[in-house]
Amino acid sequence: MTAPPGPQKTLATFHVNGESHEVAFVPHKTLLEVLREEMNLTGTKHGCELGECGACTVQVDGTPVLSCLVLAVDVVGKQVRTVEGLAKGPELTELQHAFADMGAAQCGYCTPGILMTADALLAQNTKPTRDEIKECLAGNLCRCTGYIKIFEAVELAAARCRGEKAEPRKESIHGS
Amino acid sequence: MVLDDPSTRAPSAKNDAPWQHDKKKEDLQHIGKPIRKVDARGKVSGLTKYADDLVLPRMLHMKLLRSTVAHAEIVSIDTRKAAALDGVKGILTGKDMPITFGILPVSQDEHALCPDLVRFVGDPVVAIAATEEEIAWNACRLVDVQYREKQTIGGIHEAAATNEPRLHDYGVRGNIHRLENLEFGDMKDGFARAEHVREDTFFFEGNTHLPMEQHATLAHFDKDGKLTVWSSTQTPHYLHRALARVLHPLPAHHIRVIAVTNGGGFGGKSDPFNHEICAAKMSMLTGRPVKIALTREEVFFCHRGRHPVLMRSKMGVTKTGRITALDFESYLDGGAYGSYGTASTFYTGALQTVTYTVENYHFRGARFFTCKAPCGPKRGHGTVQPRFAIEVQLDKIACDLGLDPAQMRLDNLAPRDSLTANFLRIGSMGLGACIEKVVAGSNWKTRRGKREVTKDGRIRGLGLACSSYLSGAGLPIYWNGLPHSGVQLKLDRSGLVTAFCGSTDIGQGSDSVLGWIIGEVLGIDPLGIKVVTGDTDLTPVDLGSYSSRVTLMTGNAAMQAAERARELIAKGVADKLGVPANRLVFSNSRVFDAEDPKKGLTFQEAVIATEARFGTIGTVGSYTPPATAAKFRGGGVGPSPSYSYSATVVEVEVDPLTGVYRVPKIWMAHDIGRALNAAVAMGQIEGGVYMGLGEAMMEEQAYRDRVHKGNRIFVHRIPSMLEYKQPTGLEMPEIVTYVVEDPDKNGPFGAKEVGQGPLLPIMPAVANAVFDAVGVRVDENPVSFEKVFAAMAAKKEGKDARFGPSNGPDGVPDVDFGDSLKIKTPWQGGDGTAWNEPKREKKAAK
Repeated sequence: MTAPPGPQKTLATFHVNGESHEVAFVPHKTLLEVLREEMNLTGTKHGCELGECGACTVQVDGTPVLSCLVLAVDVVGKQVRTVEGLAKGPELTELQHAFADMGAAQCGYCTPGILMTADALLAQNTKPTRDEIKECLAGNLCRCTGYIKIFEAVELAAARCRGEKAEPRKESIHGS
Repeated sequence: MVLDDPSTRAPSAKNDAPWQHDKKKEDLQHIGKPIRKVDARGKVSGLTKYADDLVLPRMLHMKLLRSTVAHAEIVSIDTRKAAALDGVKGILTGKDMPITFGILPVSQDEHALCPDLVRFVGDPVVAIAATEEEIAWNACRLVDVQYREKQTIGGIHEAAATNEPRLHDYGVRGNIHRLENLEFGDMKDGFARAEHVREDTFFFEGNTHLPMEQHATLAHFDKDGKLTVWSSTQTPHYLHRALARVLHPLPAHHIRVIAVTNGGGFGGKSDPFNHEICAAKMSMLTGRPVKIALTREEVFFCHRGRHPVLMRSKMGVTKTGRITALDFESYLDGGAYGSYGTASTFYTGALQTVTYTVENYHFRGARFFTCKAPCGPKRGHGTVQPRFAIEVQLDKIACDLGLDPAQMRLDNLAPRDSLTANFLRIGSMGLGACIEKVVAGSNWKTRRGKREVTKDGRIRGLGLACSSYLSGAGLPIYWNGLPHSGVQLKLDRSGLVTAFCGSTDIGQGSDSVLGWIIGEVLGIDPLGIKVVTGDTDLTPVDLGSYSSRVTLMTGNAAMQAAERARELIAKGVADKLGVPANRLVFSNSRVFDAEDPKKGLTFQEAVIATEARFGTIGTVGSYTPPATAAKFRGGGVGPSPSYSYSATVVEVEVDPLTGVYRVPKIWMAHDIGRALNAAVAMGQIEGGVYMGLGEAMMEEQAYRDRVHKGNRIFVHRIPSMLEYKQPTGLEMPEIVTYVVEDPDKNGPFGAKEVGQGPLLPIMPAVANAVFDAVGVRVDENPVSFEKVFAAMAAKKEGKDARFGPSNGPDGVPDVDFGDSLKIKTPWQGGDGTAWNEPKREKKAAK
C-alpha cells in the first residue's frame, strides 16, 4: 500500500544561534523536531512533547518558549537561540560556569532547558530574588537535584555577572 | 604490567583492604573538595549525547504496538496491511523471539513481544520499523490484533483471592509470585517481655521514577555480523546477558552494549527491556541501524517503579521503647512480571533491624501478580515502604509511652560493629549523630507539640524519622564468584591516565568518582583523567548503577588499580632517581623525594621513566564484597559492605479546615561515611529529599478501574507528566543539610552510600508531622491532602482519628505462609543458618 500523500515539504530559512539554516521540512513539524532532526542541534531535549516538562525550552527573540509546542513555520524570520548558542566559542557563560561549579547539572537532561529559561531571566533582571528565580523556573522540571543547586547556581551567576567576586555559600557545598 | 602476581597481592575485603578510611580529611588533596564533575562541561553546554541524540546513516525508526486490554489471549495478529505500507522495512511479533528473559535468574518470565498472552495495558505485541517514525506509527495502527479477554486481576486482595486464571504458570500457587517466612529468635519470649504491644496496618501506594529522559535505544548489526546496542540503561552488563540469551545463537562476544549517558534513572532503567531487545532483533532482520525512542506514555508502561505494599506490623517494646519483638507482614502488588520482585519482597523485610536493635524478628512477605505495569526497583528499593510503617509506628509508640520520639530512638540505636538479629553486619554507624543534628537544628525539643498557629491560620507540626540504606548489595543478581566491579588503568607517555570501568553514570557522578579517587592516589588532577565507562567491549564488568553500589565498589576497584599503578611508578622513579621507592610522594602532578622535594619528576616524566623500565603500563583493580554472615535461604538480600544512616525533621503547616498542608522547612542529616566530593554529595542528599517529598505529598502510579459496556476498563490513570503530580521548584522547602561523616573501613576513603538513603525518612516524617500539627494519623502513603481531611473528619465525628487500611482481620489478605524458616539470633548463639532448613533439592538439569 502506498502511504496517503503526506503534506508537501516546505523550504524555509531559520536564524538559529546567529546562523542561517535553509531547511526543507514538513510544515506540521514542531520547532523541537526541526532543531533536533533537521539541524542536528540535539542539545535541546524532549521529556514529554506535550508542554509539561520544559526540557525543550529555547529562546525566540529572547523569550523562552517550549519548542515542542511551537510550529517551526512560526519562527521563520525570528531569532532562535538554543543551548549550543550560549557559549562564545569555547568560553562558557557565567551561568554555565555556575551550573558546573554548583553541581546543578546531575543527569544533565533538563539542564539545557533550564539554562535557556534562566539566561532569559538574567537578561531582564540582574538581581533576581530567590522567589523570582523559583517562579521563573517553575515550568522546568528536574528529577535529580531537588532544584536547590539550580537556584543557587542562578544566584551565583547573577552575582558574577554583576561583577561581584561571588563564591558558593559554605553551607551549600559542605552542609550546615 | 603489574609488579607481582595480583592473585597473591589482591587486597581482599576481609583484612588488608587499603581503602584509606583512616586518612585525615586535611591530608587529602582532592577527596572531599567541591571540584567539578568530569562531565560538567558537556552537560552545561548541551554537548553530552544521550541515546536519542545518536543518529546513524540509513537508520530506521521503530515503534511498538502495545496491548489495549489488561489480560487476554492473543487470538490472531494480522500485519499484512502494515507490511504493505510504503517505507515499512521490518515487522516482528512474539514468534520471532520465543526465548524469555528477565533481570533475575528465578523469574525469566518476559518475552520481547507477547507471543500468546498479554498481561497489562501496555504489554508490547508487535514491533514495526520504517524509514520514518511517523510511518512506523501509522503502520502500527494498521495491525489487527484479535484478543480473547480474560479476568482482570487488579490488586493485592484480588490476586490473593483468585487462584484461576493464573497470570503466570510459575510461582508459589495461584497468583502468588513469592512467599517468604523468616523467624529470628524467640517471638513468644519477645512479646512476653514486651511492656507495650501495638499492631498497625499501613499501605504505601506505588509510584514511579519519572526520569526526565524517556528510554531510547539504537541498535546496529554491522558489516562484521556483530551487534552494537547503545541504550539508556543503568545496567549494561545485565542487558548484555539478556540480549545474548534471547538472540541465541548470536554469541555473547558478538554483542556490544554501550550505556549512553542516562538522563536520570532512579532504578527505572535497571531491567533489560522489550524495546532494547526488539531494536537489536530488528537491526539483525533489516541489516540497518534501528532506533526506538519511547514516548512519555510508554515510560509509564515500562515502569518497574515502587511496589504498592500493604503492611501489618506488630511491635512489642519495653517502657523505654526497646524493641523486644517485631512481627512484620508485607503484601506486594508486583504487577504483571517478576522483574526484581523476588529481591523487592525480601527487601521489605531486610533493613528493619539496622537502625534500632530488634531483639526478635519475624518477617513474612508475599508478592502477587496483577494486571498492571510491572513494579521493580525505585530509589530505596523495597525498604522504603516498611520504613514508612516502622517510623510511623515508633512515633505512635512514643506517644503511647509518653516518650520523646527522638530520645526513644537514640536510646535504642543498633550498635556499631555488630550483627543484627537477621545477621546483617553493621560497621560505622552515625545515626545517633544524625538525630542529634536535626533535633538541635529544628529546636525539636521546644517546638514539637506546640501547635503554633501561622498568620494564615495554619497549624505547625514537626515530625521526625530515621532510616538506613545499603552501600551496594552484598551479592550479585545472578550467582557467580566473580568480582562485582573491575577497573583497568592505562598510563600513556603523554601523562594521560585513562580509567576503563563498566559502571554507568546516571547523573549521580560515578564517572567523576573514578577520577577523584585515582587522582587522589596518583597525585594528579582528577579532571585530567579520561574516563571510559559502560561499554561491554572496552570496559571490565561492573554490575551496574543500582543499590547505591558504585561509589563503594567501583571506588574500591579504582583505588586498587591506582595503588598498583603508583607502586609501579614509584619503582620506575626510584630506579631513575636513586631514591628509595617508599620515600616518594605523589602530589600536584609530581613524583618527588619527601626528604628533598626538589628532587623529582613531573608525573608525565615519571610515567615515561616507568614505561622505559617496565614496558607498556596498565594495571587492574577489582572488588568483591565481604562474605555475608547470613547463611540461611533468603539471607542474600540485605547484606552490604556498609550502611548509611539518615535522620530528618520535617515541618508542616496544616490548614485545619481543608487538610491542605505545606512543607516550609526540612532538616536532613545523612551519615555517608565520607563525602568524596562535598558539593556532589549535597546534591544527592537534596535530590533524595525532593523525591521523598514528592512521594510523601503527591506521587502515585494509580489505575482507573471502571466498567464500560460490560467490560472492565483497567488502565493507568493518565500516563503523563501533567497528571502524574510531582513537586516543582515552587514546592521545594528550605533544606538544612548536615553531612555526617563516620568513615567505614569498607569504603574508599571511608565513603558509604549517599544517593538513596535520604529519600527514605521523608514520608514517615511528613506523616508524623501532620499528626503533631492536627492530631490525626495517615497510615497510607502518599499523605495527600484529602487523606488528612478524611482523618480530620473522622476525628470530628468521634471515630478513630486515622486514615488508612483496616486494622481488622480483613485489612490484609488471608495467605497461608507455611512454616517459617527458624534462625537463632547472634545473641542466642546462632551461626547464621536456619535450624529447620529443608535440604535443598538439586534442580533437575534443564
